[in-house]
Amino acid sequence: MTTTAAAAAGAALTLGGRDFRSRLMVGTGKYSDNATMVEAIDASGAEIVTVAVRRIDLDRTKEEGILFHLDPKRFFLLANTAGCYTAEDAIRYARLAREAGFNEFIKLEVIGDQETLLPDVEGLLESARVLVKEGFQVMAYTNDDLVTALRLQDAGCAAVMPLASPIGSGLGLINPFNIRIIKRRLSVPVVVDAGVGTASDACVTMEQGVDGILMNTALAAADDPVAMGKAMRMAVEAGRLAFLAGRMAKREIAMPSSPTSSMLE
Amino acid sequence: MNEEMTVIVNGEERQIDGTATALDLLHSLGLDPRTVVVEVNRSIVRRPALADTELNAGDHIELVHFVGGG
Repeated sequence: MTTTAAAAAGAALTLGGRDFRSRLMVGTGKYSDNATMVEAIDASGAEIVTVAVRRIDLDRTKEEGILFHLDPKRFFLLANTAGCYTAEDAIRYARLAREAGFNEFIKLEVIGDQETLLPDVEGLLESARVLVKEGFQVMAYTNDDLVTALRLQDAGCAAVMPLASPIGSGLGLINPFNIRIIKRRLSVPVVVDAGVGTASDACVTMEQGVDGILMNTALAAADDPVAMGKAMRMAVEAGRLAFLAGRMAKREIAMPSSPTSSMLE
Repeated sequence: MNEEMTVIVNGEERQIDGTATALDLLHSLGLDPRTVVVEVNRSIVRRPALADTELNAGDHIELVHFVGGG
């Protein structure tokens, strides 16, 4: 095995001092049923799975929560602050999530606009600073903006999570340049979060050299979430390996692959 | 028979026993304390403290758990 292949095969992702076996992280929302969700997550090979914090529906307390389906021994539960529009709310949700007792990681989202679900970077930075001080490992969902990413790193975030495109849009990686420069300039892990729609999007995203991808709708809204989970697993591995392999230089003029000499007369 | 009191649980008024603790409330709702996080008037009540946390009339109580999300 070459060095590159060995590096890819052994590639554990380290986040906040913990090693993870997969660079693919998946959400647990919007599945038609829990059995399909578990099967799709299994097919994806993801270890980190995201969950949201919400009120218990007191009229339906007999219904099992998500944890009935996700064994916390098999999956690393990453709680999010989805739906929070202020730093104060995000901090409140993060504290509630930690109290559930699984880990100190939080996927921090502070949303600034209802239509695009683009992040409020001011609220994001403010809440990140507070949560880092409280001992959280903050993974911050943000724009594909270098300056904000640098500030989040300075704030002590364990990972910075720029978007590929808006949440749930499936538009794929809109600005590879921004993602590349964020990855090149940051020393903390960069995990692209949101916007990946299909396997080619995941592969192209990983080819930029980022440390991982988080996705939800691409699996949950596929016609066959289990098959898409497998496709995403392969795409993330392929993209990572291609990045490590180092692609050929692009040329605008063809160059023959076969010898031009010794042709018949 | 103790007097009842009104508290707000997840945004809705509920009548509960006037001497109820946070743990009593969970039991009366059929909830397993290990699967719920409790907030009373915006302060988190840690699990070991549930049995010692007496509720008062008008308390705002939030009972949350994890659901599917991205």
